[in-house]
Parts: sequence; C-alpha cells; structure tokens
Amino acid sequence: MEHAEILHRCFRCGYCKLPGSYQDLNCPSYLQYRFETYSPGGRMWLLRAWLDEEIPTSARLQEILFSCTACGNCVEHCVFPKFKADVLNAITAGRGELVNEGSVPRRVSDFFKAIHLYGNPYKLPEADRGAWAKGLGLEPYRGQEYLFFAGCAGSYDERGRKMARAVAGLLQDRGVSFGILGALERCDGNEVRAMGEAGLFEEIARHNIAKFLDAGVVKIITLSPHAYHAIRNYYPRFNGIFQVLHYSQVLARMMSKGKDQGADTPLTVTFHDPCYLGRHNQDYLTPRMVLAALPGVELAEMDRARVDALCCGGGGGNFFTDLLGSGPDSSSRVRVREAAATGAQVLAVACPKCAKMLEDAVKAEALESALRVMDLAELVQARSV
Amino acid sequence: MEEIYRELVKIVGERFVSNQPEERFLYSRDPGTMEPHAPDWVVMPNTTEEVQKIVRLANRQKIPLVPMGGGLVLSGLSRPLQGGMVLDMKRMNRILEVNEASSYVVVEAGASQGMLQAYLKKHHPRLKHSIPDAPPIATIGGNVLIHGSGHLSAAGGFHSEMLNGLEVVLPTGEVARIGSCSASPYWFSRSPLPDLAGLFLGWHGTTGVVTKLAIKLFPARPWNDVGIFVIEDPELAPDIIRRLARVQVAEDILAWMSPKPDWAKGFQMINIAYGAETKAELTLKRDLIRESVRPYLERKVGGFMPLPPDMKVRFLEAPQSTLAVFADVNKGGGFEYVGAIMPVELFAPAFRKGLEIAESRKVPYSLGARIVGLAHCMMFFYAYAFNRADQADVRRAQTALEDTNAMVLEMGGIPWKAETPAQKQIIKKMDPNTFALMNRLRAVLDPQGIMNPGNWEA
Repeated sequence: MEHAEILHRCFRCGYCKLPGSYQDLNCPSYLQYRFETYSPGGRMWLLRAWLDEEIPTSARLQEILFSCTACGNCVEHCVFPKFKADVLNAITAGRGELVNEGSVPRRVSDFFKAIHLYGNPYKLPEADRGAWAKGLGLEPYRGQEYLFFAGCAGSYDERGRKMARAVAGLLQDRGVSFGILGALERCDGNEVRAMGEAGLFEEIARHNIAKFLDAGVVKIITLSPHAYHAIRNYYPRFNGIFQVLHYSQVLARMMSKGKDQGADTPLTVTFHDPCYLGRHNQDYLTPRMVLAALPGVELAEMDRARVDALCCGGGGGNFFTDLLGSGPDSSSRVRVREAAATGAQVLAVACPKCAKMLEDAVKAEALESALRVMDLAELVQARSV
Repeated sequence: MEEIYRELVKIVGERFVSNQPEERFLYSRDPGTMEPHAPDWVVMPNTTEEVQKIVRLANRQKIPLVPMGGGLVLSGLSRPLQGGMVLDMKRMNRILEVNEASSYVVVEAGASQGMLQAYLKKHHPRLKHSIPDAPPIATIGGNVLIHGSGHLSAAGGFHSEMLNGLEVVLPTGEVARIGSCSASPYWFSRSPLPDLAGLFLGWHGTTGVVTKLAIKLFPARPWNDVGIFVIEDPELAPDIIRRLARVQVAEDILAWMSPKPDWAKGFQMINIAYGAETKAELTLKRDLIRESVRPYLERKVGGFMPLPPDMKVRFLEAPQSTLAVFADVNKGGGFEYVGAIMPVELFAPAFRKGLEIAESRKVPYSLGARIVGLAHCMMFFYAYAFNRADQADVRRAQTALEDTNAMVLEMGGIPWKAETPAQKQIIKKMDPNTFALMNRLRAVLDPQGIMNPGNWEA
C-alpha cells in the first residue's frame, strides 16, 4: 500500500483530533463516533494491523475508513513534520486497498456505480446536466475567456443549482466572458479520488481533460472547491494544465475596486471555510475579501476559522455516502451551533456541499429564524443594487 | 457475552459500545512498549448515572472494568490485563463550573487539558490551570489521578495537590463526593475533612471511577518570559535548582538533557518560566532569578543562554508540542519514559545512571526533570524512543525502561505511573504493612475485585 511506511510512525498523540486552539474536537468522524478507531491516528494503526493481518477486513473497518471526510485537519495539526503531509494520503491509500479488494460499504460501491453508469452520483440523466442554467441565457463554451464548471452538485442538487445560478448570474451581470459545457460536462472526480478509486478518477480526469482541450479551454471557474482542488492539483498529473479559479477568487477580483454598491443595512455574517479551498489550497483570504467589499457587512468569525475550521461533514465522499451519519454531534450541526453563537444573521459559504450540509443542519437545530445559510454569490447579489 | 453487550447497549446506546475487532485491537494497547491485552467490550458513558449502571453490571457479572482517560499514559495502565470492559471516559468532557472568586474549575473526568485551556483563555483570560506536557487531548482527570505535574508545578506542586474535590462511582456502584463538595455547594478544598481523595489518587483505577473533579486555577499573567540556565556539571544542579525555586518566582522549572539538538549535547539546561502583571514586575522577577544563582555566574560555571524570541515562544508553549516528535527520532513512532519521583538531591546520580543505561542499551534518549514545589522533589524522566515496526527495538527500549525502574528504586526514587512489572518492583520495596493496608482498603471498596485487576498486585 502506498504510504504504508509511515503508518507505524504515528504516535497517536492526538493533535490531529483538535484545532490549533485545542478548544474542541475538530476531526468530524472522531467528533461523531468518539471511539479512538475513528480518529486519524486510530485509522493509521488499524491500517497497519489490517495490512499485517492482525484484524480482518470487516464492515466496521470499511465504515471507519470511509467515514473520514478528508477535511485535512489531521494534516494541518499533526506535529510530525516529516510525514504529516501524507497522513490523509495514507488513509486514502487504505481506502484504495479496500476498493481494490472489492470490500467497500454498499453506499460507496453504489456511488462508484452511479458515476460509472450516469457520470454523476445522483443517477440522473447526463442530458439534464445543464438544466440548472435554464432561463439564464448562458452561452455554451465556445472559446470565451472562462469555462464555468458547475460540477455534479451545481448541476443536480437543488441547493447546488440555486448556487450555480447565483454565481453564473453574477458573472453575467459583471460582464465576465464565460461559457458552460451543459450536458457535455461530467463529474470532476474529486470524491472518487478521495474515496480511493484511483483508476476511475484517472479515467474521469483524462476524459475531462480531453474535453477541455478539444474545446480550447484555458481558464476554468469552478463552483465547487472540490472541483477546484481536483482540476488544479490532480489534473496536471495527466497533463491537464489549466488556469483554475474558484468563483470566490473571481468575485474578489471583480470587487477589488472598493466597496460594492448596494444595500448597506448592517448585516453580521460569519464565514465557513470550505476544506478544499482553505486547508487543501490555503486560500482563506479571498472569501473574506469578498465579504469585506460588501457595504454594511460585518464579519464575525467563529472560534474555529481558517486552518482551524470544522468541516461541514460533506467531504471525502460523505456528502453522498453519509457514512458520517447524523445527530447532534455531527459536524454540520456542531458547526451551525458555533455559527449561531457568533450572533451572525448569515452563515456564508463558498461550496455547494457546505451549503446543503449546513442548511440541513440549521433546520435540524431549529435555527432557521436566527441563521440563514447563504453562498457568497447569493450574498453579493442580495447586497447589490 | 452477547447478553452483556445487549445490557451495555441498553445503558449507553448502540453507538457507544463495541465488541468489534477494531476497537478490541486499538484499546488493547497504548503508544508505549507494553504488550497488548484486548478488552471484550469498549464502552463510552455520557453521565455519572450511566457509569453507575455499567459498574453495577460489571459487579453482578464479575467483569473486569478499566477506566481510561486520554489513553496516553504510555505505561499501559489502561490495558485490560484480564479482559472485560474498557470505560472510555472522553464523552464526559463538560466544563461544569468556573469559580473566578475562589479560583477553581469543576470538570467531568473526560474533559481534555486542551479544551480547558482554550475555555479559560476565552471566558476567564486571567486564570489558567497547570497543564502537563502530555498532548492536549490528555484528560484532566487522568493526569490528576496519576499524580501528574505540569507547567505550574513549581508554584503549585503535583496536580493531585491541586485537586479540590471529586465525584467517584465506587466499585459497588454508589456515588461518593470527596472534599468540600460533599458538605457544601462549593468545591473549594479537600480540607478540613478526612482526606478520602487519597483512596483514588495513584491507584490506577483500582478503587473507583472518578466522574467529576475540581482543580485549582492560577493567575494567567499578561507578561511571560523564560530563561535557560546552562551548566555542564550535574553535581551543581540540586543547589542551583533549590536556589531558583526558593525565590518563589518561577511557575515552572524544567531541566533537560538531550543529545539533540547538537548545541544542547553535554549540557544540563534548566528552563525557568515565570509571569508577571507588568513589564516592570517581569524585569524584577528576572533580576531575582539571576541574583539567586549569582555565585555560579561569578564562578563562571553556569550562565543564562541568550534566547531568540521564537525560541522563547517555543519554550513557553504549554503543552510543548515538539515533545511528541521525539517518537519519530528514528522514524519509529514510539517512545516511553520512566518518570521517577525523587528528591532533587539525587539529580546527579539520576542523570549519570540514566545516561549509562541509554548508552549501554543503545536507545535514543532524552532526559530531564520537572521540579515540583520549591524543589521539594522532582519528576526525573528517562525517555527512550523505539521503532514500533521493529520488535527487537521495542524490546531494547523495554529493557532500558526495566533497568531504569530498577535503578530508580535502588537510588531511593519511585517510578511514577509505573508499568505493572515496575509496580511489582515497588511493592517489593514497600513496607509490607503499607501494602497490606492497600489490599485491605481495596477489598473493602471492591469486594468483587473488578477494578483494573492486575494493577498494584504482588
């Protein structure tokens, strides 16, 4: 197994379970399940035991490995500088071993099957992929400056579609030259990769790269930080080198001339850093620059922000497989309670998966009257003239 | 077995009980060198009432019960030597009360050191607790109960001495409160009542399951500094440490001797950390510390090491996150240490003999001593790294630890949170009547012998 050589080097000191402030548990699966086995160090030790045949392949082991949200908190806070960068890679590689063995939870195999058969995890027709843009008058990609990549959540999920429409509408309003692939778009594969299906990911990446290159794409704006991460950091391994921007980075450029014009009634906003923009790509400033440019908006940071942000629980495939499960200790519910504690009226997000996870959590926590989940583009639209 | 599982599910819910191979594997061991012993069940209670029900079940069925905090003791004390249940206490992690006026906090036993540290920084920034150099996920309860020490031990002694009171589920299932909280709504002190806390401190979970405890808080000063006094003759250390401690300025005095980094090799470094309300007070305290060791400065046999600001920040960090990294010194992932509680006057032989053992056993080492009180004693540590993937290397470290435990006892020290073989060595040295009393107390408290059996046994 790749990275097997670091498994025994984990001391299980537990820094990986915490944020930098140590204030509470910051590993979503450990927070939820509390058994040591569900912590990053626990996974490292279990993987070693499994490779050494000290424990068998089991449904429990599969659940333990696939409930990891790949949020990167462990990598960020591990105190072992010589191997910390590969802690999450080792867990992903372990998932890969189970995938190769054909020993994965049913929900995971269903996910892979859906991607194989439909090109998306929603099992919806590819022909419907561009339906999110209906009525917006968006142009197909024909050599415009940017390709806007909506991704699976932006194309099929109701909350994600709303967000994709907000982003595209805003880009349109601000005169950004862009087009979409519509029905020709396909899954970016980030969750496939994070779930250890390296072969399927390579197939997806190569397919998308060929499609992008055929269309003459040079610059890509992604709706999802997950797609941003995959295209920016993994597609180059298959010679897919594009200039990739997350939509918040485009918004920040558009708004860099000073405060945006529009409503200036006071509004307190807290921002939830998406793991794939923040910890995985170290961009913590751009979304905050967007918020700072909005008149009347005051940013109230959560205790756990930036490198310390608590994941919404939707990463690593869990948005689709939900092996993390629900309940008051699910990280999405803990996160919205933390957001509400800031006194903010709006919980701003920059990822369709975070939007959905946190909106559901707001309902579960009965916080609808106190806290509204809004994506950055929705917020900009609402505050614009 | 299945019936017990169902009973446990009834008590804590299905999610918080496991009899699966994964949990049985992981809870059979800790990061140290001791061989694994698998539990039959791992249970995570959420309330004192749940703990009571579990204890009563264990009593009825005569099942061994092993309470566990952070699981970071390294000497294998939470391994279930005779199987049974491991009681993982970390769901009980609430901070229940901070009394600013009387400077104490009441927490559940599974609350972590880091969680309390962060809570105080946010809500009571003028107060702090003594944090050990264990990782921040270590529990407050666990550390107090093993007589831990930490970053305020020069000022406040062992962490068990900072204990104001506790709530405990006795091995027969009753809940008892110890200290002022047994007769008052306040958890201010263990005095003036008969001090029953001693029935639970240092017993390694053999006398009950502590569910809540109150510990003393101390001023968190806005100005903080650290100095390092360097010597190269360990014979000088006891007097220097006594002088530094008796100024009553230091919050923490920590000596360390390590072949790494290179600049530290061959020297004894003594860190003195202190805080103040103002810059002027900090300067005064620095001067007092300097003055205390003036004879050594004048003789030019010791001196304060100039410290760049980033290094000061690192040495003032509590807990010191770099300490865990010792485990990776040879890409091996493991270390364990003997923490010997002993008089400060034994510093030089403790150091020399430790060095001899480390070099003869060819184990990577780090030695040091945390001073407790005004040099009333010290916790001298002998940390040995090992490669977890190499059984011969693990055995080498084990042998070095065994030699060290024997050497410490021979010198007149006592191994702290000792592994079971070292417990047996301590018992051999112990006054027989003391051990007989321990056994009588244990028999009264735990008639079925269910609590962490295999510990404190001859």
